[in-house]
Amino acid sequence: MSIATAPEPVKESKPLLSKKDRKLVTDPLSDSNPITIQVLGICSALAVTTQLKPTLVMAISVTAVVVFSNLIVSLIRNLIPSRIRIIVQLAVVSLLVILVDEVLKAFVYDVSKQLSVFVGLIITNCIVMGRLEAFAMGNKPGASILDGLGNSAGYAWVILAVAFVRELFGSGKLFGFRIVPEAFYAPEFGYVNNGLMMIPAGALFIVATIIWIQRSLNKYTEEA
Amino acid sequence: MAVSKNVNTAIGLGAAVIFVLGITVPINWFLINGVLKEGALSWISPSFAEVDLTFLAFIMFIATIASMTQLVEMVVEKFSPALYSSLGIFLPLIAVNCSILGGSLFMQERDYTLAEATVFGLGSGVGWLIAIVALAAIRMKIRYSDVPKPLRGLGITFILTGLMGLAFMSFLGIQL
Repeated sequence: MSIATAPEPVKESKPLLSKKDRKLVTDPLSDSNPITIQVLGICSALAVTTQLKPTLVMAISVTAVVVFSNLIVSLIRNLIPSRIRIIVQLAVVSLLVILVDEVLKAFVYDVSKQLSVFVGLIITNCIVMGRLEAFAMGNKPGASILDGLGNSAGYAWVILAVAFVRELFGSGKLFGFRIVPEAFYAPEFGYVNNGLMMIPAGALFIVATIIWIQRSLNKYTEEA
Repeated sequence: MAVSKNVNTAIGLGAAVIFVLGITVPINWFLINGVLKEGALSWISPSFAEVDLTFLAFIMFIATIASMTQLVEMVVEKFSPALYSSLGIFLPLIAVNCSILGGSLFMQERDYTLAEATVFGLGSGVGWLIAIVALAAIRMKIRYSDVPKPLRGLGITFILTGLMGLAFMSFLGIQL
């Protein structure tokens, strides 16, 4: 039982995606979710999720980096000598992140200022390197793209969920639009924004809750 | 996450992180100010005064960090094979440790001087060590506690880290 329903698989050049390919996209949404099960990509999940807008931009950036680095590394996988493969992977990822950073600065400058160093930290986002090592190095480009899409989607829904809770309860807004009416903040009514949501500790608690719910549903237990 | 299960490996890795951070942040400072910033290359020749290579910062930082990590790995293997085998894969993984790249990126963003950068690097390393050792100690203590099954391992570690974060905030003055 997945916590999120699977989206329609992306149609590539073939009209029909085989069951195996569809699993590549849908598994990381729940059963092997990069954040909650594989334990990758935690850093950025905490820092950028105070508001929905930068989180959405971050999710799209990570998707771009993961999919394209999976594709590139999968294309050159037979040419990389084993001893220097980590360095080659890091080089590919760094170049892609530089590109993404420049694009962000050009088109959404205010959000890129908010994300500041965390765009650079996509390089060290373990999801990117983790999927390169675990999948792209040993599989065809087509499958690698799908794996990249699946894992990015798994990462994206978790950070968007965290950002949703944090922005709603931490500042009464969603995407910058006021949700909690101004009248609630009046001293007679006494509603106050939840300050805990705005600090990283709050993000940690929310991710822990998501893990709790998801693992109860998946009946997955970590040994020790 | 994985190293913080045992206090001794946590201390070992923390020491390695202090070393890597303490060296890469100043080296990256030299890279930024001597090569990458606008006008930085003018020490080679005045004609380079308008060259701005800051977009190369990410890849240069990673290159420095990866080579320093490789160096640390060789030093640890030579002087303490026991520590080397207990840390296993996590020693080379220092290269993709957020805090290392983060240290250099924050140094760049906040425009530190060389002295500030060095102290920032060493200080960040020490802070990382304190946090990871404390986390390891707490995890060892709760080993026989009755944690709900879905929370075991990752979930409870996150809650612990969150609570520790709240506690450390008291050093800054809590302002919710």
